[in-house]
Amino acid sequence: MNFKLKIWRQTNAQTPGKLVDYDVRDISPHTSFLEMLDILNEQLLGRGEEPIAFDSDCREGICGTCALTVNGEAHGPDHPGAVCELYMRKFRDGATITIEPFRVGAFPIVKDLVIDRSPLDRIVQAGGFISARAGSAPEANSILIPKHDADLAMEAAACIGCGACAAACPNGSAMLFTAAKVSHLSLLPQGYPERESRVLKMVRVMDAEGFGNCTNTYECEAVCPAEISASFIAKLNREYARARLRKSAGE
Amino acid sequence: MIGTLDPKIPPGPLAQKWRSHRDHSRLVSPNNRRKFDIIVVGSGLAGGSAAATLGELGYRVKCFCFQDSARRAHSIAAQGGINAAKNYQNDGDSVYRLFHDTIKGGDFRSREANVYRLAEISNNIIDQCVAQGVPFAREYGGLLANRSFGGAQVSRTFYARGQTGQQLLLGCYQALCRQIARDTVRMFPQTEMLDLVIVDGQAKGIITRSLCSGKIDRHAADAVVLATGGYGNVFYLSTNARGCNVTATYRAYKRGALFANPAFTQIHPTCIPVSGEHQSKLTLMSESLRNDGRVWVPKRKEDRDKPPGEIPEQERDYYLERKYPSYGNLAPRDISSRAAKEVCDEGRGVGPGGRGVYLDFADAIKRLGEDTIRERYGNLFEVYEKITGENAYKVPMRIYPAVHYTMGGLWVDYDLMSNVPGLFVIGEANFSDHGANRLGASALMQGLADGYFILPNTLPNYLASQMGKRPSPDFPEFENAENEVRARIERLLTVNGTRSLDSFHRELGVLLWDQCGMSRHEKGLRESLQKIPELREQFWRDVRVLGSDEDFNQSLERAGRVADFLEFAELMCMDALERDESAGAHFREEHQTADGEALRDDEHHAAVFAWEFQGNGQPPKLHREPLRFETVHLTQRSYK
Ligand SMILES: Cc1cc2nc3c(=O)[nH]c(=O)nc-3n(C[C@H](O)[C@H](O)[C@H](O)COP(=O)(O)OP(=O)(O)OC[C@H]3O[C@@H](n4cnc5c(N)ncnc54)[C@H](O)[C@@H]3O)c2cc1C
Ligand code: SF4
Ligand code: FES
Repeated sequence: MNFKLKIWRQTNAQTPGKLVDYDVRDISPHTSFLEMLDILNEQLLGRGEEPIAFDSDCREGICGTCALTVNGEAHGPDHPGAVCELYMRKFRDGATITIEPFRVGAFPIVKDLVIDRSPLDRIVQAGGFISARAGSAPEANSILIPKHDADLAMEAAACIGCGACAAACPNGSAMLFTAAKVSHLSLLPQGYPERESRVLKMVRVMDAEGFGNCTNTYECEAVCPAEISASFIAKLNREYARARLRKSAGE
Repeated sequence: MIGTLDPKIPPGPLAQKWRSHRDHSRLVSPNNRRKFDIIVVGSGLAGGSAAATLGELGYRVKCFCFQDSARRAHSIAAQGGINAAKNYQNDGDSVYRLFHDTIKGGDFRSREANVYRLAEISNNIIDQCVAQGVPFAREYGGLLANRSFGGAQVSRTFYARGQTGQQLLLGCYQALCRQIARDTVRMFPQTEMLDLVIVDGQAKGIITRSLCSGKIDRHAADAVVLATGGYGNVFYLSTNARGCNVTATYRAYKRGALFANPAFTQIHPTCIPVSGEHQSKLTLMSESLRNDGRVWVPKRKEDRDKPPGEIPEQERDYYLERKYPSYGNLAPRDISSRAAKEVCDEGRGVGPGGRGVYLDFADAIKRLGEDTIRERYGNLFEVYEKITGENAYKVPMRIYPAVHYTMGGLWVDYDLMSNVPGLFVIGEANFSDHGANRLGASALMQGLADGYFILPNTLPNYLASQMGKRPSPDFPEFENAENEVRARIERLLTVNGTRSLDSFHRELGVLLWDQCGMSRHEKGLRESLQKIPELREQFWRDVRVLGSDEDFNQSLERAGRVADFLEFAELMCMDALERDESAGAHFREEHQTADGEALRDDEHHAAVFAWEFQGNGQPPKLHREPLRFETVHLTQRSYK
């Protein structure tokens, strides 16, 4: 298969970038999208041009490292799945494919297709945890958790932290990411003691990091490779309202 | 001259060693802890749990990883589960049984005392993870659920869907985030350790390079912990993440740390086969598929390109069922992997390149119905379809073995300290607990045991005598190490040859896979020991690395890793040659029983082989740590 590629190239956060045209030929349909970029990079190297910077690690959809916008869609057309799980057989032979980084105000571009997602780490640092010192845990089966709650917590916990939700959101909001973590921890009894402070702190940092507001367009849910449900956003809103109320009641 | 190594195993009965060791270990008092700086390289299960726990205890910790977030360490990709001896199923499990299964699974090439401690701690790990909010699978009554795994007759594996590694790692990562917020841990993502600094014979710091800015930094500390994972990517293709590498442990080796059993590498039988020359990684398919799938290849090699449906029953060779009638398709990992290689070597392999065997569900679908199969393995069939474009309900899956885990690693004593005082090594990066073969669901257990429970208790044993001895990063040792790092980067950027990094890495991978993979023999290993230095020499003459060292440069980042693999591969082959026996995953063709099973040589080789660097171009020196079995009986494994 042959493809015409338009790829975003940018030296660093300070310099402006632009789309550059490339051709790739004789690509097997069994090649993954990222392997197609590897092939292009080998060609560029052969010509003495600097390879295109893009990030990936596990290449099986779990680490959340890869982050490309393909033809305007975060992670490309094969939902649900991260862009490392996308294969060239999903494209038409001869197609033109535009490849850009995730475009989110809060994620500056490092180089070409690589972005800085450290704001997501800082949201978790604000309170996305349960304080449990090693050595002090009670016997595991002394905490009973209804299967339904455990399953639901697992659904929320499956988030891979890729940031596609924010990239797909017209407002650049990280609500789905934050909601997934708040929901995971507040669905479990172990998470109750820090339930209110957690949601208040995480939302405060999310806002401070420059993410936009959620206006319920649900574009996030459509691109999420971990199929995190937008209903967790409603849960976050309830948790937040509850925490505010209890705080103002002085509890 | 071959020396003998002392693992410093505490005296006393096996079951009391760990307790009595802790009773007699030295301590660092709470208000002295903040006077110690600890470097933890790695943020996977081992490094993440260690950094968080040490921070919680009050030490000042610096934690490093090469990914853009600590949460993306390769541990995230583990699927199946984590073992513990809880005996929640009331099926006869116990600490002793988990210990025994692990020693036997490792084909009697690990230390009794370490493995016993691991089994003991396994239960605390589950408690800890539940307390942190890890959403393990549960039964309707709200209790924890278990599944069974290979190499055991009890059901002791805890799991979170097919994402156990992810959930355990997020537990660690969140604990780490809490410490970062408390300022006890400073996190350095996208920062690669390129050298270890030794002052007066003790590990006292590292040299790093920022992968974003290219900035080289010196970090001094009171102790250094390496938790940098395994080196499976030396084979180029493996189930490991792309970034996994040997650099940190290999650099430490070059500074005097012993590298133990580098030839012990595990090859997993059920992975999706290579589809083309540009393939960048291999994907694991859960072993559980072998419960219902039947493995076969055509009897005649002329049939290998025929569609499988056109090959009649009598023309198929269900070779596992034929060779191992009692275990059949469930023969253990190493045996099944070797059998697949054998039929492909005979020219009967299927799929592109003839490197694949069928895993056929047709009989199971006929017997149980497609719905049942979908219920059991639906998500795996989906992954398979995503990658291959084939519907495994209609055509048999194709699978082939792939490199998966490395049992070898830096040598450590009972305290998890290497022979270099102050250098601790945890997780897959050390060699300690799995002998010549790791059982499923026990790597996650080991990483967390090391990080949450063992290291925090053994580190003070060293630190107690180190108060006020942290060197300044201005010491000449730091300057020298930094200069060496800079010179090497400079050299990589100035070769300016014609060949790409990947072409060298692929060539090395193919060579190792053929000669130091699923089976090895003297002649092949000797040949590789000739070829690897040639390839390395070519690399330094002809590699092309573009860009500068002063910004984000992924080629440069990889170049250093490939250069280290090119040296390390030689050590692997040397170890494989020296170990003149078959044990677990290390199968020397010269040493097999009449029916092709691995034949150990307990009299001469019941030992850990630990290699000491002697200078570039010099053969390394071998040290042997004899393994003493006081509790278990050494037996020959049989699966007929
Ligand atoms: C596909 C797959 C499935 C698996 N499934 C299971 C399973 O079900 N059960 C099980 O028990 N085991 C499983 N394993 C094995 C298990 O996942 C690993 O052995 C384990 O997670 C290793 O953890 P670790 O903390 O030692 O290393 P890793 O998680 O690999 O972490 C290494 C860390 O070191 C950092 N690092 C490395 N080098 C440097 C450097 N030079 N400078 C700075 N940082 C560096 C990395 O950034 C990373 O943070 C599986 C493995 C694979 C590949
Ligand atoms: S919620 Fe989904 S899209 Fe957002 S970071 Fe998590 S996995 Fe990615
Ligand atoms: S590279 Fe890990 S999710 Fe894509």
